[in-house]
Amino acid sequence: MSVDKDMNVLIVDDYKTMLRIIKNLLGQLGFKNVDEATDGTMALELLKGKNYGLIISDWNMEPMTGLELLKTIRGSNDNCKSVPFIMITAESKTENVIAAREAGVNNYIVKPFNAETLKQKMTSVLGEF
Amino acid sequence: MPEKLDIDSLVQEGPFERDEVVRMIDSVVRKVSISGIDNEGAGIVSDIQELGQIIEQMRRDIGRSGVGDIKDKHIPTATDELDAVVGSTEDATGAIMDACEAIQGFVSESGGAVSDKIDAEVIKIFEACSFQDITGQRISKVVGTLKEIEAKVAVILDALGGAIPASSEGADDGAAGTDPEADLLNGPQMPGEGVSQSDVDKLLSDFD
Repeated sequence: MSVDKDMNVLIVDDYKTMLRIIKNLLGQLGFKNVDEATDGTMALELLKGKNYGLIISDWNMEPMTGLELLKTIRGSNDNCKSVPFIMITAESKTENVIAAREAGVNNYIVKPFNAETLKQKMTSVLGEF
Repeated sequence: MPEKLDIDSLVQEGPFERDEVVRMIDSVVRKVSISGIDNEGAGIVSDIQELGQIIEQMRRDIGRSGVGDIKDKHIPTATDELDAVVGSTEDATGAIMDACEAIQGFVSESGGAVSDKIDAEVIKIFEACSFQDITGQRISKVVGTLKEIEAKVAVILDALGGAIPASSEGADDGAAGTDPEADLLNGPQMPGEGVSQSDVDKLLSDFD
């Protein structure tokens, strides 16, 4: 099954620069329907109002971190419970990756990253596009 | 018969503020002086007086070194400067990305092989702009460390007595002490501080 590039993608990061970079790279890959949130709490609000096909989130944010966001999503009974979730973070210790995996992350990208890495991880989560 | 000093109960009451220690030492010296002393007692009094002088000298030395400035001036200034670094790099990164997006707009209109190459290079610039996020996080960690140091210095100063001067007047400021123009070297000013280019132009025109 081919990937629907018209799907809604939610990107979450407390740095405007990163939101803009990810949004631009997604645009280059053909994903134009991108919403932005600056922390987990704002992301949850957006998730209540729209169906998303992919969430790409930073880890280190306040007041709700990316890991807390992931756990909240996976622990919910909403439609968003099983939305593919990619963590993009500078937290690159083994225990971080393990904690994210145990919380239900689908893939994990370490900052700084490039467009090719983003595409690879998205492909592994969504399939070829 | 002089009043007996209950050392055990004092030890249990501790730790004491610097002023309390000085007061206790003075009290001991006064009581021993009143009651009269033998040779052994004179040695003890001398030791206690010396201890009092050492404490007082230490307090003066700390005051002269301007250690209070670490908490009141140096660390707040350093954290403000680091916050400004994050702000200015964010602004600069935003400007770079504005330009990149404009270029992407131009090449998408023109099309062709060269446009694709330009687009690929523009993406690399975008990728490189993530440095701002990484440096921002590193700087946040440094600010956190500085704030911990600030809190620990405050604890040490409290333990040494609140009367230690916070100002470094008379303190050795390194280059400032030897170079009369060192005070003019303050680096970039914080946003809203310093003078604008138009202020400079006006100031210079006033000299004409």
